[in-house]
This record gives sequence, structure tokens and C-alpha cells, in this order.
Amino acid sequence: MNGFDWNAARDALPLVLEGFRVTLLATALGTLVAAVLGLAIAVAGRAPSRFVTVPVRAVMEFIRSTPLLVQLVGAAALFTAVEPLTIGIVVLGVHYAAYTSEVYRAGIDGVPKGQWEACRALSLTPRRTWQAVILPQAVRNVLPALGNYAISMFKETPFLAVITVQEMVFEARKYGADHFAYTEAFTLAGLVFLVASYPTSLLMRKLEKRLGH
Amino acid sequence: MSDFFSAFVDDLPQLRSGLWVTLQATVLGALLALLLSFVLGLMSVSRMLVTRGVSRVVVEFFRGTSLYIQLFWLYYAMPPLTGYELTPLLCGVVAFGLNYGAYGSEVVRGAISSVPRAQYEAAVALNMTPLHRMRKVIIPQAWVQMIPSFTNLLIQLLKCTPLLWLISAADLMTVIQQLRDRTGETLTAYLTLLVAYFVLAYALTLLMNLLERSAKRRLGLPTGAGSLLHSRSATEAVASATGGAR
Repeated sequence: MNGFDWNAARDALPLVLEGFRVTLLATALGTLVAAVLGLAIAVAGRAPSRFVTVPVRAVMEFIRSTPLLVQLVGAAALFTAVEPLTIGIVVLGVHYAAYTSEVYRAGIDGVPKGQWEACRALSLTPRRTWQAVILPQAVRNVLPALGNYAISMFKETPFLAVITVQEMVFEARKYGADHFAYTEAFTLAGLVFLVASYPTSLLMRKLEKRLGH
Repeated sequence: MSDFFSAFVDDLPQLRSGLWVTLQATVLGALLALLLSFVLGLMSVSRMLVTRGVSRVVVEFFRGTSLYIQLFWLYYAMPPLTGYELTPLLCGVVAFGLNYGAYGSEVVRGAISSVPRAQYEAAVALNMTPLHRMRKVIIPQAWVQMIPSFTNLLIQLLKCTPLLWLISAADLMTVIQQLRDRTGETLTAYLTLLVAYFVLAYALTLLMNLLERSAKRRLGLPTGAGSLLHSRSATEAVASATGGAR
């Protein structure tokens, strides 16, 4: 069992790519959850009452400072009736929402004070103020940062294999165990990751430059 | 609930050894990462194209392939391929070191290039050798800027150590999982584990804040006395997210 077996690599490739579809799906849906929930949390964190803002920030701080893997395994052990993929997407989404909410917060803080004052002067409702004035300006500035978190999340989706979501690493590990070909299966999975993530991060860097960060 | 905590007290020796494994992986991994950050980071500001290129390729490789895969590759794929086998803890230290070293090198590069150009010129005008210039002028100023980002990376590294459980190193997660299996107290067990990691993360942040303070004091910068107790993962999150593609 020495050296790299090209035949095993060829056999493992379709399985790994099949798992990659699930990886992409989990990343896309997880990012969506993180983007929407993060925005909601950022807006809630600016609520006028301290009874709302203090607990919200404390919970986010706790989620940020504790390991994703423990959150995943814990959630899967508590909600055994829920499908693993759903748990994975929700936990990934919530974990990253704790980060994206801070990004949104910075984006909202970046909107000039005069804009808020103008809204008051025009006596817009809070809802109109957020919708028509603040958010369109804030969201445009935070897009590159959100993209970077999406890339991070993509690289952390292998954690989902632990709660038996059949994504790429799960398939690679299974193939490795069945055929005793861990070397080939994991090398392939690593290469697929590299091929997928490098162009994405190049693109993000371009986007950032264009938006002037 | 009381079942769990009486089992918890009975198992204190195992818990202590699990905590020790987690801490060892974090600290040794972080030291390896720090070393690599500086090697790769200094290479990437070199004037020679080959040196810069090598650093770029290594960094992109270890950032682009997921940490999870690197760890599993070291544990499962390397022994049959090379005949060498690492202990689980060593696998963890090497994988964490390589992965976070790659991220850290960007921090080093960014901090060095943010030192004002005039400082280089002054050092050149004073006829300092390149090594002397780096050691006495550039690095001390860049170091202050690196510490907040390094704190962030350190916390992320700590948060990755439960992966050791998957390659059967008896870390904190492994020990508490065993407690859970014996007592059946799922919620209590995982909450305890989360709180333990939170406390560790906060303790590490405090240590890094102290380090930043002393680095600032050496440069004669204001230290900001009130910021010592701040857990700063939030502000760091923004800084690292906007500070270049990860």
C-alpha cells in the first residue's frame, strides 16, 4: 500500500464530485442564512432599548468565541429528528451570522450621521429610513466582507461530515475506508477545494479593489 | 443534571488531561504558526521574485485547501504514502501551524507594508544594514499592528482544536463526549463544553491584550488603559474580513 494509486483516484473522483454538490449547496444556503440573519441581528443591535441590545450582543459574542464543531455536534445530538443537512445549514448560518452582524454594524456605522438627520427632518418612519436610506448605502459597503465570509464558510463545510451530512469529505472518507485508499481520496478532496477556492478569492480581491477598500 | 456534575467531579483527572491536550495543541500550534507567519511574511516582502513566488504558492496552498482536509491528510493519507506516522497531537500541531501560519503571513505582510515609507528611508540614511533595519526599526512598529490580528487567529485556532477528537487525541471535547455518553445529559454536557471554550478564548484574549499593551508601551504609544478587559473578537472580525480575501 505504498505510493499513489491513480486507479483508485479515478474511481473516487465521481463520488467526491457528487459530494461536492452537497458542499456547494450547504455553502450557498448557509451564506444566505448568515447574510439575512446577520442583517436582522445588526438592526436589532441598534434597538433603542438596552434590554434588547445587551443580550443580543452577549449571545453573538458567545457564539463567536465557541467552536463551530461543538455547536454542530451538540445541535445534532439534541435535535435527532431533524435532517443532518438542515441542522448543518442552520448552525453554519447562525455561526457566521454572529460575524456578519458585526460587518453590517460597521457598514451601518459608516453611513454619515447627516443621512439619519435628513430622514428625521423629512419625518420618514423608522421603517422607511432603514429601507430607503440606510440599508442601501450600508449593504453596498459590506458586500466584499460578506464574500470573504462565504469563502471561509466554504472551507469549513467539511465539519458537516461529522454529523453525517454526505458532502465531499464524508464521501472521501467513506471511499477511503471502503477501499483502503485514504491517500487518494483525501488528496482529491484537497485539490477540488484548492481549484474551487483560489479563483474565488482572486475574484473577491478584484471586487474589493473596485469598491475601493 | 446532578448526575452530570457528580460524574464531572469523579472524572476531574481525565478532564484535566483533556484540557492539557487542548492547551498543548493550541499553544504549540500557535507557536509553529507564528514562526511560519514571519518566515512566509518576510519572504513575501522580499525583493527577489523567486522568494516572493515560493511564499505566495505555499500560502495559497495552505489557505486554499481546508484545514480539515490537511489534518485528515496528515493522519490518514500520509502514513501509507510515506511510511511515517505522527501522533494525533502532533498531526494537530502541524496542521494548525501550517494553516494558520499561511493566514498569519498575510498579517505580517500587511503590517510591514503599513510601516510608513519614511521609516525605511531614515534607516537607509542612517546606513543601517537590512537586518538591523528590520530588527530595530520596522518589526517593532509592525508588531504592534500585528497583535490584534494574531489574537483573532489564535482564537480561531483554539476553536479548531475540537477536530482532534476526530483523529482520536484525548482532548477536552473527547473527554466531555465520554461524560455525555455515560450520563446521557446531552444539553448540559455540550453547554459545559461551550462555556469551557468561551472561558479559554477570553483568557487568551486577555493575555494578548497584555502583550499589546507592553508592545505599545515600548514604542511610547498611548496604551488605552480601559481596553484591557475587552473581548475584541467583534472588531477584529471586521478588520480581518475587510483586510483582504481569506
